[in-house]
Amino acid sequence: MTLLDISDLTVAFPTRKATFIAVDSANLTVEPGQIHGLVGESGAGKSTIGAAVMGLLDRPGHITGGTISLKGKSISGLDREAMQSLRGKEISMIFQDPLTSLNPLLTVGDQLIETIRNHLGLNEADAKERAIDLLRQVRIPDPDTRIDQYPHQFSGGMRQRVVIALALCSEPDVIIADEPTTALDVSVQAQILELIKDLAQEKQVGVILITHDMGVIADTTDVVTVMYRGKVVETGPTAQVLGQPSHEYTKSLISAVPRPDTKMHRFPLVSYGGRETTFQIEDLARNWKKTELDKSKPLFEIRDLTKKFLKKPALIPSRREFSTAVDQVSFDIKQGEVFGVVGESGSGKSTIARMIAGLYGVDGGTITFDGQEVTGAQDLSSYRSQIQMIFQDPYSSLNPRMRIDAIIAEPARHHGILSGKALQHRVDELLDRVGLGAAAGRKYPHEFSGGQRQRISIARALATQPRFLICDEPTSALDVSIQAQILNILKDLQEHLNLTMLFISHDLPVIRQMCDRVGVMKNGVMVEQADTESLFTAPQHAYTQELLSFMPRLDGVATG
Amino acid sequence: MLNYILKRVAQSGIVLLVVGLVAFSMFRFVGDPIDNMLGQERTVADIERLRSDLGLDLPFPVQYYKFLEGAVQGNFGVSYRQGRAVSEIIAERAPATLELAAVSGFLAISMGIILGVFTAIRRDGWASHLIMTVSLIGVSLPTFLIGILLIYVFSVDLGWLPSFGRGDVVDLGFWSTGFLTQSGLLALILPSITLGLYQMTLIMRLVRSEMLEVLRQDYIRFARARGLSERVVNFRHALKNTLVPVITVTGLQLGSIIAFAIITESVFQWPGLGLLFINAIQFVDIPVMAAYLMLISVMFVLINLIVDLLYVFVDPRLREGGI
Repeated sequence: MTLLDISDLTVAFPTRKATFIAVDSANLTVEPGQIHGLVGESGAGKSTIGAAVMGLLDRPGHITGGTISLKGKSISGLDREAMQSLRGKEISMIFQDPLTSLNPLLTVGDQLIETIRNHLGLNEADAKERAIDLLRQVRIPDPDTRIDQYPHQFSGGMRQRVVIALALCSEPDVIIADEPTTALDVSVQAQILELIKDLAQEKQVGVILITHDMGVIADTTDVVTVMYRGKVVETGPTAQVLGQPSHEYTKSLISAVPRPDTKMHRFPLVSYGGRETTFQIEDLARNWKKTELDKSKPLFEIRDLTKKFLKKPALIPSRREFSTAVDQVSFDIKQGEVFGVVGESGSGKSTIARMIAGLYGVDGGTITFDGQEVTGAQDLSSYRSQIQMIFQDPYSSLNPRMRIDAIIAEPARHHGILSGKALQHRVDELLDRVGLGAAAGRKYPHEFSGGQRQRISIARALATQPRFLICDEPTSALDVSIQAQILNILKDLQEHLNLTMLFISHDLPVIRQMCDRVGVMKNGVMVEQADTESLFTAPQHAYTQELLSFMPRLDGVATG
Repeated sequence: MLNYILKRVAQSGIVLLVVGLVAFSMFRFVGDPIDNMLGQERTVADIERLRSDLGLDLPFPVQYYKFLEGAVQGNFGVSYRQGRAVSEIIAERAPATLELAAVSGFLAISMGIILGVFTAIRRDGWASHLIMTVSLIGVSLPTFLIGILLIYVFSVDLGWLPSFGRGDVVDLGFWSTGFLTQSGLLALILPSITLGLYQMTLIMRLVRSEMLEVLRQDYIRFARARGLSERVVNFRHALKNTLVPVITVTGLQLGSIIAFAIITESVFQWPGLGLLFINAIQFVDIPVMAAYLMLISVMFVLINLIVDLLYVFVDPRLREGGI
């Protein structure tokens, strides 16, 4: 029997100007024990479907058409109380970010026991026993002591297990997992997906897995539904949809996913429905004061770089405790090269970038730039004007109160490179070149989408005509189609402007496409350094091999 | 933890020293106490004698040092006006102010939180709009005007409540309380509302905006998605998370309830510290002023220390390592 049947579901958000149709006549069914993937880019309406099923649509959104039935009974017309008794009991939800989905002020046990008692009416002691049992089921070691701890005492992956345990409290029939692994490292992602698969199988729970990651879809789901701008464009068994996509959008979406297996010159762009904004690199290159490259010489020589953070403050220096974020890391970046640093969160990759950028002080070792040591140097202003940084989150890396032209002009103005008319001209030119148009300079950051903001960040980084760019996870907050555009821009820049880059990412396929050489970080130590090709084809260190094995692959399904 | 408390206590000591220093440097501009103390038939010799008796001929850092020396031993000197020990006068007046502050603080916090939560949960209801509008009036009107209006309505017009004084008090030896007699309790109503209204509005608005912020958080959505009832979500999950910033502001506000009771005490002729201070200023009664200012800063410092410890109590993330 079909567990969950969504037919012709339409969700509308009326606004003052017009009514926005977030989901347009969507159909979807889930069988017991089945994992149904729901994939699409941001704004496609996939999370809205989840919220509609839960009865948790944000106001003023509401269901304007279609039905949702659970085990043959319609639930879309139920009132608030009836919906509340259904939530958690028959349908549960797992949210994206395990760091924010647990109440920080209550222990894990409190939150579990409260939910269990709410649904099953057990007494405190029985509920606690069940809570411990649930923690064991989601494979949290030592559940008897962990149950009395607070969420902040758990790592990201462990918290997501707690979230799953909370979703399982009352043996639900359907679980909606909204991007359950997006905020997690690959190795942890693999474990959580494994857990979801096992639970679906064991308990015969139907799972709707909402994600933007095609690799996760390929690895985990039985059936997949592809959404584009509120509409279902394609649905079917996962192997079939990914292997022989019939809809144009699905095809372009799949081709835009960075491939882990071969290196390509440029990323294929999602061509369906959108227009490609052009990026005129040649014009920019003409006015660029290029420094000639000597590919044999290193631009950066980094030796024994070390950074320690104070873990436990104390009045007496000898009693202070430090954690070593970066431990004696050495590498060279040759001129004109893209050097990748890959590793999981907390491995120290961003700390390296910040030390090179001069944002963090150095606790040991040396950084030499173009033959001159910069660690301990008195005047860094010329060094700083030659390096620029692009950050991960395009939403928080632009000052919301500053106009775009002021944002882009700031580095050049600060370093006194340009001023007045010449500066304005540079800003206009950069905005034109990154495909936004000079008129964009008079707007404010909130008027732009994530991808456009990242273009603004790139324009800002180019304003001083730097020789070296640090890209710290520049695309991990973006959709695949936008990611492809941004990565193409970065590649073009690097080739035409003789730029050298440090490229930091946790995403192995992106690293493979972007970098010439790669360093693998683990717990502050660089465990392996190699040419990208040899690293991916013949990883030497055990940790690199492990990382590569966790990488979700599209190709396995696509060929099989 | 102990380390943290020690550090805070040391900081508090420095704050007190600085407050005292500033206060003493100000006293030179208040006027000459000798003028008020001696009658019309004073001679220059009398003035000089009294001045050196009181130590007023010394430079102010020395005066300050002498004051500190006494204060550490619990001796705040003798009031110029009343000729009694300052500590005795303060001990006599403090209960009135502390009782008034406690009642209005309690009113402000309890009503502020209740109304704040209510207006956050029902944020589009007519009752919320009404409360928000009325509260705006509460903040805009000056305290003395509210006091006078209340006196006019409830004492003069309706004749329900007394318009001045503490009513009958019961002396417990070390403390005189108005809580134990009917007239004492009735006399507390108007002044405590007057004193607490502004703080209540402030706390209410703060709770409301914090609560609206917290209700948008993922863990609240997740709590709803687990099927928990609205009551549990609002009061167990949301309210506790709004408390940290609320505690900060409330702590500061409680201090100012005590410190700025002066206006309310004047309007209602409340025999508390505020009234004492006003009288002391008129008479240039330096020992009383100094002791009062030190007392108020001790209260502020103490309340803020308690606030910092409360954070740790409310938020488990601050318990280890963080501080």
